[in-house]
Amino acid sequence: MGILDFFRSRPKNTASVAKERLRIIVAQERAQTGRPDYLPLLRREILEVIKKYVNVDPDAIDIHVERDGDSEVLELSVALPERNGAPPAPTETTTAAAGEA
Amino acid sequence: MENEQHDPSHVETPSLPVPDSSLPSPGRTPLTEIIVVTSGKGGVGKTTTSASLAVGLAKRGKKVAVIDFDVGLRNLDLIMGCERRVVYDFVNVIHEECTLKQALIKDKRFDTLFVLAASQTRDKDALSKEGVEKVLKELTDEGFDYIICDSPAGIEKGASLAMYFADRAVVVVNPEVSSVRDSDRILGLLSSKTRRAELGNGPVEQYLLLTRYNPERVAGGDMMGVDDVKEILGIEVLGVIPESPGVLTASNAGVPVILDDISPAGQAYEDAVARLAGETRPMRFLEAQKKGFLARIFGS
Repeated sequence: MGILDFFRSRPKNTASVAKERLRIIVAQERAQTGRPDYLPLLRREILEVIKKYVNVDPDAIDIHVERDGDSEVLELSVALPERNGAPPAPTETTTAAAGEA
Repeated sequence: MENEQHDPSHVETPSLPVPDSSLPSPGRTPLTEIIVVTSGKGGVGKTTTSASLAVGLAKRGKKVAVIDFDVGLRNLDLIMGCERRVVYDFVNVIHEECTLKQALIKDKRFDTLFVLAASQTRDKDALSKEGVEKVLKELTDEGFDYIICDSPAGIEKGASLAMYFADRAVVVVNPEVSSVRDSDRILGLLSSKTRRAELGNGPVEQYLLLTRYNPERVAGGDMMGVDDVKEILGIEVLGVIPESPGVLTASNAGVPVILDDISPAGQAYEDAVARLAGETRPMRFLEAQKKGFLARIFGS
């Protein structure tokens, strides 16, 4: 640590950033192992159903499963295009379904 | 249900803390304990750890074999300082090209310590589950107290065979995101892809060994601390090895760092071995050393 470092303000706490990122990714990866990997298929089928009614961008749908205690939350987020065929706008609808794990 | 007769040998161990159930106690026939040193990520200190744990246990009078599972990239022989005495290796024994006795290299410092080198010329497919099992069985029959399996990095064949027969696992982790994430993958494999898991013989005991720990950076908020890593991985801490120049000088010389009792890393490994043998020791080297005002201004 040199004279400049001594007077420079401390950078933000990167260890807590690391811990938070790890907490999320580790929980996600633990939840994935040993379970049927149905999320990609679920995503595609939901997209097909939605497409029957609204023309959505294939990338506009996002699915996560999060575990909270002993219940799991399936989070589904779809960005709907604007009415009258205008280019997709970031209008976001979030549907959450909770159930026992 | 209340009248059901229990055969004591079939009663599942409850989750109550049974003190020292895994440790050889007087009156119990000594069993061979197979310990895998693993990590997922490379370069975190598996071989350094394997060498120091093996030496530490041998120093306590235990009969120890340490096996290098990194076929094609052997290094345990160098760290142990016996690289010029390797004639036969692990793969030769598996393929019955020599006897186990011929391949075991006796340590020059401790009579009860033996090294089994990995093959440098074959590829990782030269290992088979049956072959590894045969060698471990023979070591067990020879009355070894501990067999330390030094795993290669990754999650492929060498690594999966190194962990398959383990009773206990020492997961070596650096306080850094990729190492912690990979270790969590390894913990998942330890609880599903091991003989204990497959036969339902109870879980492989898992311990966290943090290496390259820098207390100053932890204090400064730039490195995750032992409690952070422990919280994420959720396993017991066997030891914290501080980052120390002694580790490099030890590997330069082929003398496992645990034999350097001046170096903080050597002392921390000594503590880890004591905990592995069932002793309770406080964690050392977790606190940043106080720097004087001048040292902070003019650099150290």
